[in-house]
Amino acid sequence: MSVPRDSREVHSTSRDTDERQLVAALRAGDEAAFRELIERYHLLLVRVAQAYVPTRAIAEDVAAETWLAVVQGIDRFEGRSSLKTWLFRILTNRAKTRGMRERRSLPFSALESEDSAVDPDRFRGPDEPFPRHWSAPPRALPEEELLGQEAREIVQRAIDDLPETQRTVITLRDVDGWSAEEVCNALTLSETNQRVLLHRARSKVRAALEQYLEEQAT
Amino acid sequence: MTSPETYDALSCQELVELVTDYLEGVMPAELRERFDEHIARCKGCTRYLEQMQLTIRLTGRLTPESITPEAERTLLDAFRSWTR
Repeated sequence: MSVPRDSREVHSTSRDTDERQLVAALRAGDEAAFRELIERYHLLLVRVAQAYVPTRAIAEDVAAETWLAVVQGIDRFEGRSSLKTWLFRILTNRAKTRGMRERRSLPFSALESEDSAVDPDRFRGPDEPFPRHWSAPPRALPEEELLGQEAREIVQRAIDDLPETQRTVITLRDVDGWSAEEVCNALTLSETNQRVLLHRARSKVRAALEQYLEEQAT
Repeated sequence: MTSPETYDALSCQELVELVTDYLEGVMPAELRERFDEHIARCKGCTRYLEQMQLTIRLTGRLTPESITPEAERTLLDAFRSWTR
C-alpha cells in the first residue's frame, strides 16, 4: 500500500492565483476583497489566537489588530510567502506578545497526557496468546451510512468535544486543508507535537464514528 | 489471525499508534516496511487503517466555520475607517 499524496495540492495552486488577485484588490482599497478575506480567515485567526491568550474576547481583539496591520501593511507584502502565511505570522506574533503580557504559559508547549488511540481493552493482554493483537477488531464500515447528515454531525460533535489544542490542529489540517508545515508555523508547534495532536484528534473522531455505526447496527 | 511471528514484533496495539505517522509519510523506511507487512496479513489493522482514512475524508467534508454577521459588520466598519 502506498502513502496517499495530499489531494488538495491542485486546489492550493488555484488558491494561490486567487490570493494574488485578492492582494491586488486589497491594495486598491477594495472592500469586497477585504470581506472575502475575513470570511475566509477571521474565525481561524481567532481560533489560533485563543491558543495563546486567556480569553475569547482577547483573541477577537488580537484578530482585529491583525486585520488592521494587514490593511496598513499590504503595500509592504512582497508575496514571497503566501498571504495566509503572512497573515498568520502577524497574528501569532501579536498573540504571543499579548499572551505574555497576560502571563499565560503557552498551552502548546505542553501536550495533553497520553491517551491511547484505541481502548486498550480491545487488545489481548500481555500474557494472553497473540499479546497486544486485536481481541475486538474493527469491522468494515458501511460507507453509504457515512454519507448522510447524521454522520457529519457525529464528526462535528466529536471535534467539538476535543481538547482545544487537538481541535485546533484537526480543524486546520482536515477541515480547512492546511499542510502540516502551515500548522506548525501558525501554532509554533514542532512537527512531532503537531503530529501527536493530530493523531489523538483523528483517533477520537474515528472512535466516535465507529461507536455511532455500532449503535446503528444494533 | 495468522501466527504471531509473521508480525515481526509489531503488534496491533503498536500499529494503531503509528497510523498518523504512516499516513503523513514520515515513517523511517524500516518501520514502514514492518507496518506494511503487518497490514498485509492483519484484517483488523487493514480495517483500522481504512477507518482512519475514511475519518479524514469525512472530516474534510465538514464546512469550515464562518465569521458571524456581527463580527463581519464590525470589521467592515473598521475597514472603512482605516482606508478613509
